Amino acid sequence: MTNIFRGFGAIFYKEVLHVRRDFATLFFSLIIPLLQMTLLGYGIDTNIRQINTVVFNADGRRESRELLDRLKNSDTFRLIRYVQNDRDLNDMIISGRARVGIKIPVDYSDRLLHQMSAQVLVLIDGSDSSVAGQAINVTTAIGLDESLRHVLQDRVAFGVDMRPKILFNPDSRSPNFFLPGLTAILLLNVTTFLTAFSIVREKQQGTLEQLFVTPVRPMGLLLGKLLPYLGIGFFELILILTCMRFVFQVPIHGNVLLLAFLSLPYLFVSLSLGILISSKANSQAEAMQLAFLTILPSVFFSGYIFPRETIPTILYPLSYLVPATYFINITRGIILRGAGLVHLWTDGLALFFLGTLLLILAARRFHNKAILA
Amino acid sequence: MLATQTQPFAEPAISAEHLVRRFGNLTAVNDVSFRVEKGEIFGFLGPNGSGKTTVIKMLTGLLPLSGGSARVEGLDVRTDAEGVRERIGYMSQNFSLYYDLTVEENLKFYGRIYSLEPARLKRRMEEVIQLNGFEPYLKRLAAQLSGGWKQRLALGCAMLHEPNLLFLDEPTAGIDPVARRQLWDLLFELSGHGITFFVTTHYMDEAERCSHVAYIYFGKLIADGTPDSLRQLPDVQPQGTLRVEITTPEVTRALRLARHIPGIRSATIFGQSIHALVDENFDLDGLRSQLLKNGIAVAEIRPLAPSLEDAFVELTYKHQALLEAAGD
Repeated sequence: MTNIFRGFGAIFYKEVLHVRRDFATLFFSLIIPLLQMTLLGYGIDTNIRQINTVVFNADGRRESRELLDRLKNSDTFRLIRYVQNDRDLNDMIISGRARVGIKIPVDYSDRLLHQMSAQVLVLIDGSDSSVAGQAINVTTAIGLDESLRHVLQDRVAFGVDMRPKILFNPDSRSPNFFLPGLTAILLLNVTTFLTAFSIVREKQQGTLEQLFVTPVRPMGLLLGKLLPYLGIGFFELILILTCMRFVFQVPIHGNVLLLAFLSLPYLFVSLSLGILISSKANSQAEAMQLAFLTILPSVFFSGYIFPRETIPTILYPLSYLVPATYFINITRGIILRGAGLVHLWTDGLALFFLGTLLLILAARRFHNKAILA
Repeated sequence: MLATQTQPFAEPAISAEHLVRRFGNLTAVNDVSFRVEKGEIFGFLGPNGSGKTTVIKMLTGLLPLSGGSARVEGLDVRTDAEGVRERIGYMSQNFSLYYDLTVEENLKFYGRIYSLEPARLKRRMEEVIQLNGFEPYLKRLAAQLSGGWKQRLALGCAMLHEPNLLFLDEPTAGIDPVARRQLWDLLFELSGHGITFFVTTHYMDEAERCSHVAYIYFGKLIADGTPDSLRQLPDVQPQGTLRVEITTPEVTRALRLARHIPGIRSATIFGQSIHALVDENFDLDGLRSQLLKNGIAVAEIRPLAPSLEDAFVELTYKHQALLEAAGD
């Protein structure tokens, strides 16, 4: 009598029929994330290379040309233009045509030859912090290197030899870093809309009201809607992972089955989120706006684009409420670092609790019929 | 003796007592009380926005009550909404069907919702299909049905679990006259099997067919009884008055004139005739000659029993007069 899942079987049966009847449209909507992945996978390179650079070489002798060659060979700078005065140097940066300006003074070679300190002015456009940071690092490193060569002369070994070794993504390939995170965002994007639209459509057709005068219980209704779409979300995950592995050649170091298993609580969260959204929204447009409201924090507070360490202390706890935070740790963990269940079970558990919480909140709203008022 | 006398007053299908529903400052349903006995076809009438659908939503547990109480099929809607939902069927204004599902799938879905066991589901599907003549349309998508068939399918879905009480919210709005007639034939047939119907409608001819009607006017119930008893209410047919039908080719001019003749209390146009409420001793021949004097030929003047519409019009006037008096 008090079966809180009453109606689950009937709703599940009906949702499967909906999906089967219109699989073509659904399949098309599942293909779109693959196109997005292709576009972003090829289009975004997180390694900063070939920064447009303008040069004012007032010296012009061999030593100054050697320095410019070294900058050029670093692959970080692309010397696009040589100018003859300070004004042109500044103009190139202000207009945005160059991000870095290098001025070698008239006495550069003379000072080096007389064992004096020679200065080089490096102007950096600070409007993009990652470009600026890279430019500072590389110019400083080259300057230090040049100084050492002059001080130590040739054939003398360096006192300390730092040998950094990058684990897991040794070539610093952008797709390897970028796509596991993107997987989480794309999956969220697709699945949230699946349940949100499905329920909003029933609201608009009046069938939801009809269901409310039947003995269906909120949990039966919501889980009956959620489970078929969990299957679709899982199918979408496989599509995305296949595209990532075989189109972009991102190696999966860990266990794919574990990744599939841990994606279930994540899908559960995003589908529950869709249901919660649908309890508030009365049209697809409204549902879309609310969904975007959740997608932006997922992009910016999950560590997908900016490392979570850069989030200000006050906002940092917010990142624990963003489901993508946990799943990005899971995808990067398994795909890049070969992590196992021992390392990731807390993330999976956090997702499961988050999903249950959202679903209970939604069920309460459905129980109170607040959503029809 | 006493026991047998109380027997007819068995538990009613619906008993609503002092129902109140407020939306913010607006009182949509204001102290509404009525009883619907088992097996009745209860017609619930009223203009748009008068609170008909709100009352249905309160009785089916879709809207909480702001005040009063209601029992449906013997259960309190506030404390046992679950139980109420098991026992009733509901068909909303817009035939809430799944349009991308076939006729058969829609029926099967609602059968499963009420957890009918497979054998009973099969039997009920066959019965409902046969009763409604769905046989040729089973594999057709609900979206491809005509308005009349959509309405039948919605009714079929609502009655699959054999409810004793069915709420039909404007079941005939927007469907053709033949389908409308067929639906009412079906309602009578089912009513013969003891099913109670709560039907809202705009159509007066449908109201005349109900065994019990109530009229709600801006949240207030202003009439409640059998169609006959309402027609005979003193407010509808006051002491010392007579209702007459005046048939004339020039109804509009005649009406304008008639309204100024002493002894005529009210007059309304009905097609090619005027329905007028006149004093009992009113001189009908005098009226005929007075109209003729103004160049209006009168074909016939004859006494008339009030229609249900007359009854609702008179009751509405009286209610408005009361409201205005209260406002002063």
